[in-house]
Amino acid sequence: MARFATAYAGPASLDALARRDTPAGRLDPRTKVLATVAFVVVVASFGRLELARLAPLAAYPLALGVLGDVPWRPIAVRLAIASPFALGMAAAEPFLDRTPLPGGLGVSAGELALLTILGKFLLSLGAALLLVATTPFDDVCVALRRVGVPRVLVSQLLLTYRYLFVLGEESRRLLRAHALRSPDRPRPTLRAAGALLGSLLVRALARAERIHVAMRCRGFDGTMPLRRPGAPGRADAVFAAATLALLVVARLGDLPAHLGRLLTGSPG
Amino acid sequence: MHMSDALISPAVGGTLWAATAGLTAVAARRVERSGQDTRAPLMGVLGAFVFAAQMVNFSIPGTGSSGHLGGGLLLAILLGPHAGFLVMTSVLLVQALFFADGGVLALGCNVFNLGFFTSYVAYPLVWRPLAGRAPGRGRLALASIVAGVVGLQLGAFGVVLETTTSGVSSLPFSTFAGLMQSIHLAIGIVEGLVTAAVVLAVQRARPEVLIRERAGGGSLRLVVTGIAIAAVVVGGVLSWFASVRPDGLEWTIARVSGSEALKAPATNVHAAMARLQERTAVLPDYALPASTAKKAERGSPAETSLSGLVGGALVFGVALAIGAGARIRRRAGGA
Repeated sequence: MARFATAYAGPASLDALARRDTPAGRLDPRTKVLATVAFVVVVASFGRLELARLAPLAAYPLALGVLGDVPWRPIAVRLAIASPFALGMAAAEPFLDRTPLPGGLGVSAGELALLTILGKFLLSLGAALLLVATTPFDDVCVALRRVGVPRVLVSQLLLTYRYLFVLGEESRRLLRAHALRSPDRPRPTLRAAGALLGSLLVRALARAERIHVAMRCRGFDGTMPLRRPGAPGRADAVFAAATLALLVVARLGDLPAHLGRLLTGSPG
Repeated sequence: MHMSDALISPAVGGTLWAATAGLTAVAARRVERSGQDTRAPLMGVLGAFVFAAQMVNFSIPGTGSSGHLGGGLLLAILLGPHAGFLVMTSVLLVQALFFADGGVLALGCNVFNLGFFTSYVAYPLVWRPLAGRAPGRGRLALASIVAGVVGLQLGAFGVVLETTTSGVSSLPFSTFAGLMQSIHLAIGIVEGLVTAAVVLAVQRARPEVLIRERAGGGSLRLVVTGIAIAAVVVGGVLSWFASVRPDGLEWTIARVSGSEALKAPATNVHAAMARLQERTAVLPDYALPASTAKKAERGSPAETSLSGLVGGALVFGVALAIGAGARIRRRAGGA
């Protein structure tokens, strides 16, 4: 998981972006979480050849990115290294379905299907990344608790996220030490990996116990205290209405087809 | 083997979301009732441990490729099924949001494939009875390998079923299933070996961590039940598909073209606009003969997609321009 380093490196980390004061950052986290879920569902609802109908939906991540003043590079880097498994499956499409599309562009249905999957992939993952690039993770957790996610799971999410960085560093130190010990074979063997992971786990357990004691000393009773969000404001209403309008129009209407017909003169 | 949002339909994603929500609620209640919630720090740190552990890429003997720990089985062994399931859920959610691994809609699928099968089938029905109370090295390795294989076979099969029923990918069911099951046989063995190695390391250094969860006695009947469930699910459904749907690809295509909503019929307004269009059209030669749509059933969505593509590119360009314009304005305003 080399992308761990990439995904967390430097001040461009998504959480750091999310903590700045931007119009998108000031929106209520619940609005953004629910909008993201609705958006992803609508994106997935299009058929395997409906690439064109996805186009208007790009407005949502673009708007969120602009409102949150999110630089495009960290998002693009994460999208580029994401999910080789899903993309590998999509790459088979052109070979499986060679039905040519009418129109003489030389594009087969499989190729269009591949592009559609790619489009959906960029839209839905882009929306998720932009959510966390405009909303600090504790606010995402507040929103999740508010929409009914069990308390235990929310605490779990907060703590996992908190220690991700710490243990990630620990893991990097272990790997560096291992690479120094065996320079001719820097990648651990299965046997060595067992030992490395074992000591990583033992260290993690020791750390968990120290944290537990420290938290109990400070009155921890199993409940992570969460910030109480204010009431959603006018900006939230506008954002929600605009998102809803976009999703409804994209789902029910077919703006690209109308425009395309207008331009090509096709009776379609 | 994370499922992606791009490869599933809302129906499949929604169904598994609902199932996951129910399971999460049950698991959360069980964890709270057992007083385990004061162990939140342990659970949280173990969630982070799974991430850190996945950074350790080891070479897989004899293949030249590399792999990393999945973690579902290990979490269940260390924390028990309910807490293990919750930790795995949180890991998958963080992966979906921050690593673009999986997806928001696909979260339910991923929790099911990678969390449910390991926590609620492989661990209680295979690992615990096989390992027994105080397993030696060999027995622990055996239990972990068998449980790892069972968990990953079920998970891989989940991926196949979810993908096929979604109808987004046109991978033929039988080929896809054959590929996934055989690849994950190997991955399952590796997962079992690594899990066993880590558990052994913990047993040597911190035996008390494991004793807590090791209540179940060794009953062979449970193991047989667990493996039988896995075999029936995978084998049964596989053969059913093979006999009912002789050609997976044809079936998928039929499903796709059947479920595709027909394009909106031409309205009066539209007909009136058509004459205007003929004169204003930029690319009039791209008009498609309407008869092809009737000949090939799949033609109708494919045909509209050409003019759709042109329009789509345009809308995308406009959206992009608006975004760029807004950004420039923001910059100018901020400066």
